[in-house]
Amino acid sequence: MVQNVHPGGPRVGLFATCLVDMLRPNIGFSALELLRAAGCTVEIPKTQTCCGQPAYNSGDDASARKLARQVIEIFEGFDYLVAPSGSCAATIRVHYPDLFRAEPAMRARAEKLSAKTWELLSFLVDVRGFAPTGVSCKASATYHDTCSGLRELGIKTQPRALLSAIEGLEMRALEGEETCCGFGGTFCVKYSEISDAIVTEKAENVVATGADLLLGGDLGCLLNMAGKLRRAGAPIRVFHAAELLAGRAIHAIGEEKP
Amino acid sequence: MNADRGELAGTFKERARKALGDAHLRVALDRTTGNARTKRAAAVAAWPDFDRARAAAAAIKDHALQNFPYYLEQFERNALASGARLHWARDAKEACAAVIKICRETRAKTVTRSKSMLGEEIGLPHALAEAGVRRVETDLAEHIIQLAGETPSHIIWPAAHRTREDVSKLFEKHHRDHLLLTEVEAMVDSARRELRDDFFSADVGISGANFLVAETGAICTITNEGNAELTTTPPRVHIVTAGIEKIVATTEHALQLTRVLVRSATGADLTQYTTFHCGPKRAGDLDGPEEFHIVLVDHGRTQMLEDMPEMLRCLRCGACLNHCVVYRKIGGHAYGGAYPGPMGSAITPVFDGLEPSRDLPHACTLNGHCKQVCPVDIPLPTILRDWRAKSYRQGFESRAVRLGLALWAFIASKPALYRAALAVALPLLRRRGKDGWISALPFAPGWTESRDFPAPPEKTFLARIASGEEA
Repeated sequence: MVQNVHPGGPRVGLFATCLVDMLRPNIGFSALELLRAAGCTVEIPKTQTCCGQPAYNSGDDASARKLARQVIEIFEGFDYLVAPSGSCAATIRVHYPDLFRAEPAMRARAEKLSAKTWELLSFLVDVRGFAPTGVSCKASATYHDTCSGLRELGIKTQPRALLSAIEGLEMRALEGEETCCGFGGTFCVKYSEISDAIVTEKAENVVATGADLLLGGDLGCLLNMAGKLRRAGAPIRVFHAAELLAGRAIHAIGEEKP
Repeated sequence: MNADRGELAGTFKERARKALGDAHLRVALDRTTGNARTKRAAAVAAWPDFDRARAAAAAIKDHALQNFPYYLEQFERNALASGARLHWARDAKEACAAVIKICRETRAKTVTRSKSMLGEEIGLPHALAEAGVRRVETDLAEHIIQLAGETPSHIIWPAAHRTREDVSKLFEKHHRDHLLLTEVEAMVDSARRELRDDFFSADVGISGANFLVAETGAICTITNEGNAELTTTPPRVHIVTAGIEKIVATTEHALQLTRVLVRSATGADLTQYTTFHCGPKRAGDLDGPEEFHIVLVDHGRTQMLEDMPEMLRCLRCGACLNHCVVYRKIGGHAYGGAYPGPMGSAITPVFDGLEPSRDLPHACTLNGHCKQVCPVDIPLPTILRDWRAKSYRQGFESRAVRLGLALWAFIASKPALYRAALAVALPLLRRRGKDGWISALPFAPGWTESRDFPAPPEKTFLARIASGEEA
């Protein structure tokens, strides 16, 4: 019999992502709880910083490689790298190998890490077959499919399957749920007026659902939509889906008073 | 070449700002692209094998492109055998010169033209005007923008930026009858009456081509209005202008591509007219042109075969425009080139150079919707990102952007420094917050012009984990 070297389940390295680390630790704690509930042994490497996506999408490949190398070194020893973000997970899973196309040895390491890198919600469903138990939330909610997760990682049904296990939660369809919110990383600052026009339409569609909560799986997009909804005076509260699933949806984005 | 045009004046950001402030444009774009998205979705849903057809379509194009010289030579042989005359043009200038030369030799005063984006790409309307040839656009939307003195803003619906109310006014002003018409059908009739004489009196008819069929030497046009047939049949001379990437091996391949092209463009199974034009009028034919010329244009395509071969699969269906959140907000003129939207942002730098068009690959959220709906699976986000990398390498990015990225990479690659910097920066930023939100960010004013930003917490997630806090 093969010895189970990880009696506590697979060893998961939690990559919090720089945005969650800096702006919304509650998502990190939610991810930690959910992964443990799904039977994983979770470690949070303390030298982690950023996956390099801002540099990569700005065309600064040298800087992106520098940070990618660091992520590979930190996480390649784990059974899985899991991140509560579709776009950061997609950067590692889809784009790291390409970033090292001219360095065969690094490319091989990037491919190995790529194969075991997962976005949190899809990992919980597709790898762990997890469903939350005993979580309730008496509210209506709508879900925005964040683009990288949807189109680069095929995340569509997994968050909905998880959310359907929350008692009392009523899900409402969002018009244009697969349409980009206009965040686009540095795009939203560089082309802020175009980004504003896009997120304005998104916010109108969100408000039209009449839902209490807006949920999604990427903090960047959620910040964009939450910031617009707040500026527009819409009372809808915005959470990462993991916060709801972990029963930690107490203060929505922007509600944590000093 | 279009920089003198009013709607194309200024920088990308200036044009985009103008478009964003145009509520009328928003109505026109929402109507056109909204309809297009709905109809395409229905067409795709009605064909369970669409994904397979899409993969087959990409393979058909790749096969032709991987054997480019072979099929182009085969096309040339068969076209010549059919009686067509071929003109190879390396660039836009040579292509226009070839067309003008034919017009001069036939002493053409009036040419009719059916819609061809390649014609816009090479600046043919401008070249014809300079040569003193009267040009009559026969596609309804091209007719509208010719009356308005504009350039196309969409590759399928050139007048996508115009509402039917605009068209009503334009026709009242410019059509011989000067009637104020409100019904779309009556407007179409008016255009028909207006164009009828020119269809039959034109000396030369110019068309594009959707496909060049190697095995027969025929060219294929796909249209809805029948204007291409009226443009190419009655005049004595028919000139085809086509990019060399339109080559396909067989008629069957052309028809297979048509199935995904039309569904992606308009949501229909087929257009009203799918016509194969093969050579000039033969003895015994009732109609057809006496001379049949094909101008085959490279204009950067050989280079694209090296740099981004997938882009040469493009069928010009416009699906990527209709599904692009940026195009839907700013319309086509803001892009400044002949081709707007994702596919335009991918190829305009080839034609105009990267430096003047470097905004285009950046003005994109990389959301991937364009690739998802592309009938030949062109990796548009990858191509746009590659342009960004090239732009960065060539030093076109501002000092501030370069410094910012380098500084971030420097700090983020030194975890201890990174932690220390956050421990200082976050509380400072936090102090700017009021009721949990920041309404003005000093380092990212673009964000807070139109959005609030949540005040960060006192301590990062990792700092809290390090201090022993567990879930």
